[in-house]
Amino acid sequence: MRITVDKNYCKGCGICLSICPKSVYVNSEQRNSFGNLMPEARNRKRCNGCGLCERLCPDGAINVEEEYEAKY
Amino acid sequence: MPYARYGRKVILQGNEACAKAAVYAGCKFFAGYPITPSTEIVELMCSEMLNSGGTFIQMEDEIASACSIIGARWGGKKAMTATSGPGFTLMQEAIGFAAVTETPMVIVNVQRGGPSTGQPTKSSQQDIYQAKYGSHGDYEIIALAPASVQEMYDFTIRAFELSEKFRTPVVILADEIVGHMREKLIVYSGEKRIRAGYRHYVLSPQDDFFTGNNTLVEGQLHDSEGKRVGHLPNRSAYYVNSINRKITRHIDEIEDIETFYMADADIAIIAYGSVSRPSLKAVKTARGINVEAERRMRLLNRMIGRKIDKNPYSHLNIGLIKINTVWPFPEKRLKHLAEKCKYIFVPEMNIGKYFREIERCLKESRVISLPKLGGDIHTPDEILMAIVREVGNSE
Amino acid sequence: MNRLMERYLRLDYLPTLFCPGCGNGIIQYATIAAIDKLRLRDDIACVSGIGCSSWIPCYFNMDVMHTIHGRALAFAQGLKLARPVKNVLVFTGDGDCLAIGGNHLLHACKRNINLTVIMVNNHIYGMTGGQKSPATPLNCKTKTSSWGTYDEPIQGAELAINLGATYVARWTTAHPVQLQKSIEAGIKHRGLSFIEVISQCPTQSGKSVYGSKDPAYILNYLKENSSIYKEGMEHLEGKIKCGVLWHDNDRLEYIERMKGKIWEYVETKALGGYKQ
Repeated sequence: MRITVDKNYCKGCGICLSICPKSVYVNSEQRNSFGNLMPEARNRKRCNGCGLCERLCPDGAINVEEEYEAKY
Repeated sequence: MPYARYGRKVILQGNEACAKAAVYAGCKFFAGYPITPSTEIVELMCSEMLNSGGTFIQMEDEIASACSIIGARWGGKKAMTATSGPGFTLMQEAIGFAAVTETPMVIVNVQRGGPSTGQPTKSSQQDIYQAKYGSHGDYEIIALAPASVQEMYDFTIRAFELSEKFRTPVVILADEIVGHMREKLIVYSGEKRIRAGYRHYVLSPQDDFFTGNNTLVEGQLHDSEGKRVGHLPNRSAYYVNSINRKITRHIDEIEDIETFYMADADIAIIAYGSVSRPSLKAVKTARGINVEAERRMRLLNRMIGRKIDKNPYSHLNIGLIKINTVWPFPEKRLKHLAEKCKYIFVPEMNIGKYFREIERCLKESRVISLPKLGGDIHTPDEILMAIVREVGNSE
Repeated sequence: MNRLMERYLRLDYLPTLFCPGCGNGIIQYATIAAIDKLRLRDDIACVSGIGCSSWIPCYFNMDVMHTIHGRALAFAQGLKLARPVKNVLVFTGDGDCLAIGGNHLLHACKRNINLTVIMVNNHIYGMTGGQKSPATPLNCKTKTSSWGTYDEPIQGAELAINLGATYVARWTTAHPVQLQKSIEAGIKHRGLSFIEVISQCPTQSGKSVYGSKDPAYILNYLKENSSIYKEGMEHLEGKIKCGVLWHDNDRLEYIERMKGKIWEYVETKALGGYKQ
């Protein structure tokens, strides 16, 4: 899964950190454009693509996309 | 009036004429709430909307009526509502919203005596300031004051034209006398085409809903795309200026003043609405124009016990200025018309409100207010007596 | 930025004015997802009143009307009657809909006019800074009830059922998928659909209602303290009753009824007053 957290839109509310069933997100040292600490999708290998973080992010900052890799 | 005189002669009540005119002007949505003395408009609109393929709805209150006609206008239908004193007070917030979002909207206010429930079955002109200053904030509005049933018909059509042209709420300030009077008038059949094109002097988004333009109608001060600028002082000021300027700059197009016998007059009566009718009668009596004036004069002389047979008002050169578009105030034109007049009389069916505007405008002449409260209209004799009291007799 | 939100929002208006962790963004996503799924973008208009919740549609790149306090339903009814074939979504808040706009809610429900009303209930007046709203629960200390509220809260969804709305659902922001499905069903439903969304306001109701300003805590609280109701099921006491609470497909919609009545009248008139 390719997970991006847009630093221009993230307000650092922390919903994604607690809501993710697979604990993909961890709090990082990086700051968003509002000056808050931003989550980072560090454990992206665990992601099963349920999309809950997308739906529950109040600012539409998170995008989860399937990564298509050439398998041949 | 600028409309060609063709069509049918009928006898109608003022309120009925208003409803017929709305249908002729292409009104396709009417929301109302019955209130004396404008109920007949709501009643007739119910059946007229059925006949002309429009929608009629009786809303739960006047607030909802005013709001829903704004909604309907953004849906692309010309819309109107009718009310009277207390209902007009309730509508003020919606009028402010229409002014700031630049929505065309026609409101008929058949005035009754106030304040509060006041005199539901009597006439007055007490809402003249409320029409302009009723909602909070700085905005300009157009208000038309009809004096006869024919004018009620013509002005309703004109109200739709003006509201579409300047994208602003237009108030028809009729009163109970005009609303309930039955007169002969000429009505037209069919439907008048009123263009609703793009106006360069209108700042807000102008595209109707569901045309694929993604219109944002915003009650905050906004820019040309509807994006709010309420937090930016300069752009907010520009916006408020813009919605006022679009009316004040086009005042020559909007204003409509009729003059009677003003060529040699040094005394002028300035009147609007139904009061202009006894005023015109007073002018004609003084000038001895009417045949009936002779009889009236003899009767009057006998009453006051004076034994003269000639017209006691022949020394008065009275003229009448009848203001049809009460708001915006036609200051420049009025100054020009009343230049030579030493005395200005302003008969009104309120405590003397419009008189203040005229006094402010015509500083050179002596402006006298002739208020009348209680729901009765001035009689021509009352007006003449007041003039004689001020100007003096011929002896 | 989320791809779906990117397609539907006015990007130059962003970021939104909502506080961090506000539930309005979640409702925004659910609405957009519902509209996207139904492919109704050009045939839908949003009307909203005043308050935080009424800012939800202002960022949508669609036909949007942001109107005056409490009157969103009146504007929406005018718009709907002018264009009966199009869909109108109404966003209001608990103060907007239940306090100042209660009269309009009553009459819109009674008419059963085809609107979809999304009432965002955050239990507080958020925009003015945390005053008591008609939906504030008992014993909450707000800025206008510093000793605790003693007004019985109004239950929006139950009220709408009693007033005659024909599709009534209640969800919380912790149920985003169910909320999206309810909005879809509400748009498709012919008649007034009333969807109450219990939303978190971490800044104001976090302080006075939930006791924590952490949005994640409130979301978990909402999830744990809600029971999903299905027809015939017993409701657990003390929990938020979520789910589709009422669905009535039999009651005729207002515009259909109006047209039917007019047609009936025209027919009788054509037959010279003789009714078969």
